[in-house]
Amino acid sequence: MRVSASIDVAASPQVVWDQVSDPTRYLDFMSGITRWEVCSEDPRGLGARYRMSMRVGSAEIGGLVEVIEWVEGRDMAWTSVTGLDQRGRWRLRERPGGRTHVELRLSYGVAGAGFWGWISERVGAPTVRGHLQHTVRHLKRQVEQEQTRRRAAARRQAGVGTS
Amino acid sequence: MPEAVTAERAARNGHSADEDSSGPSLVGGLLSGLARSVSSRIPTADLDERDPDYIRDNLPRQWLAASLYFRGEVRGLGNIPEKGPVLMVGNHSGGNITPDTAVFTLAFCAYFGVERAFYQLAHNLVLSMPGLSFLRKFGTVAASHENARKALESGAALLVYPGGDYEVHRPFWERNRVDFDGRKGFIRLALDQDVPIVPVVSVGGQETALFLTRGEGLSKALGLDRLLRLKVLPISIALPWIVNVGDMLGHIPLPAKITVEALPPIHLRQEFGPEPDLDEVYDHVTRLMQETLDALASERTLPVIG
Repeated sequence: MRVSASIDVAASPQVVWDQVSDPTRYLDFMSGITRWEVCSEDPRGLGARYRMSMRVGSAEIGGLVEVIEWVEGRDMAWTSVTGLDQRGRWRLRERPGGRTHVELRLSYGVAGAGFWGWISERVGAPTVRGHLQHTVRHLKRQVEQEQTRRRAAARRQAGVGTS
Repeated sequence: MPEAVTAERAARNGHSADEDSSGPSLVGGLLSGLARSVSSRIPTADLDERDPDYIRDNLPRQWLAASLYFRGEVRGLGNIPEKGPVLMVGNHSGGNITPDTAVFTLAFCAYFGVERAFYQLAHNLVLSMPGLSFLRKFGTVAASHENARKALESGAALLVYPGGDYEVHRPFWERNRVDFDGRKGFIRLALDQDVPIVPVVSVGGQETALFLTRGEGLSKALGLDRLLRLKVLPISIALPWIVNVGDMLGHIPLPAKITVEALPPIHLRQEFGPEPDLDEVYDHVTRLMQETLDALASERTLPVIG
């Protein structure tokens, strides 16, 4: 099953990237995520591993995932090592006016689970899709608010400097 | 079968080899025959029968039942130590069909992964029931001290229900009561193996049927306690039987909302000294669990609905 959510953020790709590539921030903005723990020496980058769970229905579903694609400021993709079969991707693309189009994709399933696996993927899809949509909205709010605070701080700094 | 082998097998499955060798009159004879039949069906416990691939393939089906039918909710999984052996002690509900176990097993396997060895102790009769052999692939083994010790020595997480058949058939009006019947074997086990205890409290399971009585007197009169290790012969109002005596064939559980909460681990020697008093530990664990159960019960507005 494949679900995705996207949104335009009023910030540069690098600012958004700083947020989505930092595993310590995941619990702050990713909806439904109950853990995102670093399990590798390098917390970021190709080969980084995380133990993650997302609450869907009566279980916290997830497992160990590994980053398999890392293009600074543009793409980060991960795939499951254990647990639920999954492949996820953050895809950031620059838009005119200093904006960034953010897309979060997730393909998931349980290979070999047959008919019941097929049914459960579809039953769970609205919840997973909802988590993804909330996640990109939280991301937009956090990045834009942080940017606003930084600009205000910079203005205050400039004001103090000139007075 | 040589006597020694029979005795060993009986011990592994949690009962003595000679307990089914007597019985009063005709009824006793019939029950002795039934006991022998059940005993012969009880598989020799083998931890290797747990099959992670089988569990993984069946998690979606379990997830559907737990999420849609029982609206299961499991809290506090982060309290369970990430690694190493741990003894999880639960209150048991739901008659012979125990949805709390199914909901918790799903949550545990989804959270920690099917790769983490996880066993559950169950009554011999459960494992010998036709159609329930798949439980062994989920890691269910016959309730005995020997099997529990082996599971913990292998480094696995182990779920036990000290109240067993006594607690699981308590009347509906005692549904929000933790009742281990004074059984303290789990404390000795935790001390012997030097593993932490994680209390696992569930609510809702005893609302899946209208349990009326444990039928302890009836069980004793029929000699079931000696022959089948059954201290109860419960009577309930349950689907599809309406009046359900014994619950031997199970029942269709009502879709009661099941909530389970795992509490922080209790390290017995750290908290109670090098030689903990069993009664003190028992009182502590059951009090903690009862307080949690009271809190979970207070969140519910109506039986079954949750």
